[in-house]
Amino acid sequence: MLITQLKTKDSILSLTDGKKVFIINCFGCREVYFPLEEAAALQGEMNDSGMVTGILTTDYICNPENLEIQLERHKDAIDAADVVLVFSCGVGVQTVAARLEEKTVCAGCDTCRLPGFQGVTPLEYDCGQCGECYLNLTGGICPITACSKSLVNGQCGGAKNGKCEVDPNMECGWERIYRRLEKIGRLDAMKCPVQIRNFATDKEI
Amino acid sequence: MKITEKFEQGEFVVTAEVGPPKGCHIEHLLEEAKTYLSDITAVNVTDNQSSVMRLGSLATCKALKDEGLTPIFQITCRDRNRIALQSDLLSAAMFGIENLLLLTGDHTKLGDHPQAKPVFDLDSVSLIHTVKQLEEGVDLGGNALVGEPPKFAKGAVVSPCSDSVDAQLAKMERKVRAGADYFQTQAVYEPEKFIKFMEKASQFGKPVQLGIVIPKSAGMAKYMNDNVAGIHVPQEMLDELRADKEKTKAGITGVEIAARIIKECKPYCQGVHIMALGWESKIPALLQQAGLR
Repeated sequence: MLITQLKTKDSILSLTDGKKVFIINCFGCREVYFPLEEAAALQGEMNDSGMVTGILTTDYICNPENLEIQLERHKDAIDAADVVLVFSCGVGVQTVAARLEEKTVCAGCDTCRLPGFQGVTPLEYDCGQCGECYLNLTGGICPITACSKSLVNGQCGGAKNGKCEVDPNMECGWERIYRRLEKIGRLDAMKCPVQIRNFATDKEI
Repeated sequence: MKITEKFEQGEFVVTAEVGPPKGCHIEHLLEEAKTYLSDITAVNVTDNQSSVMRLGSLATCKALKDEGLTPIFQITCRDRNRIALQSDLLSAAMFGIENLLLLTGDHTKLGDHPQAKPVFDLDSVSLIHTVKQLEEGVDLGGNALVGEPPKFAKGAVVSPCSDSVDAQLAKMERKVRAGADYFQTQAVYEPEKFIKFMEKASQFGKPVQLGIVIPKSAGMAKYMNDNVAGIHVPQEMLDELRADKEKTKAGITGVEIAARIIKECKPYCQGVHIMALGWESKIPALLQQAGLR
């Protein structure tokens, strides 16, 4: 966990509206900053409305082995949920999304830039700490770090046989996103409004 | 003249592209364009194509316009942030350049300045959206433009023979929703794939121009197969290019292949866009053989 701030209540509730939700909190690097009180208040509210099938609060969900054990423990509650809502940095959300390939995994937080701190577990998942997390539109695969151009409105025409034009060893991030959205039945996310990066949020705190 | 007016009139619209030189002398390009491209609807000018630094697209568009041709200003997001892009769009409008082709652009690493910073502040979709905003008299920052806002024909690209055609269609739909008026495609060598693509793409109700690259040799075709996204030259075409080396070298085989593709695809699209890559002189013969002249 790096520095995270809660997404707006409206944007979180629009993802979970009418759905059963399993919540994951990661306190791995919470000494850095985690919006503890706001997250607890929102989750309490969601719990009261009966939509929550379970809450898992743990640390370092970016460690796949640790995550695996925790998810096994909560398997029934996760199976019962339509959406898994993760309150962590972008790496944590992506680790969960990759493990729960067939579930809609959403981010409850935006991850901001923290100089000199690059997470704990070295992984293939990367968070650009852009401060406006896109994972809810992209099936839990980060377009900022998985696309060599960091495109936020879909793929360019540069992929050849599924590989990026910049690096033939790198899979096209947007083709991965498209396949994931297809798998979880969320291709409607491709029809979201035009996305425009806000570099004013990409400030060092 | 906006290219969209020609589509509206039901014309099968022919365009071709020219690539500005690496240098500041444009006489040769203008001479070729006047000789071979003066009777087609419009001429695309590439924007530092393949991320190779060249003379600017906007300046070349202006020079073509001064010669009486209708330019299409290709503009990519690789080298300019949203401020520079909007500024160049206003500059184009001031020059009376009315046609745009809005692209994301190749990555800088593919070109002759791989050390350069890739910008991609916007992308093709958000750039289309930006142009639409400007046309409504407001810039991307929400500030009003002074005076009558510019009006453009907003072109975009799509890759119909891509190996991920559904994802391409999803992106095409995003471009349509953002405000794209017409499409030009990546080079097509597989008419059956193109026709299938058009069956799906026609739902968007936007004119589509078939992309054509005249194959110059079997080597070039093979190179494209190995390296260029969204292009696959089938084996029988490679064989055809290999069969008679002299005929291929003279451009006869390439023009025959290209004309055949155009004829086969014509009933399914609204125009053709020819990327001659230095073979502009072959365009009149190609149009004739394709039955367009």
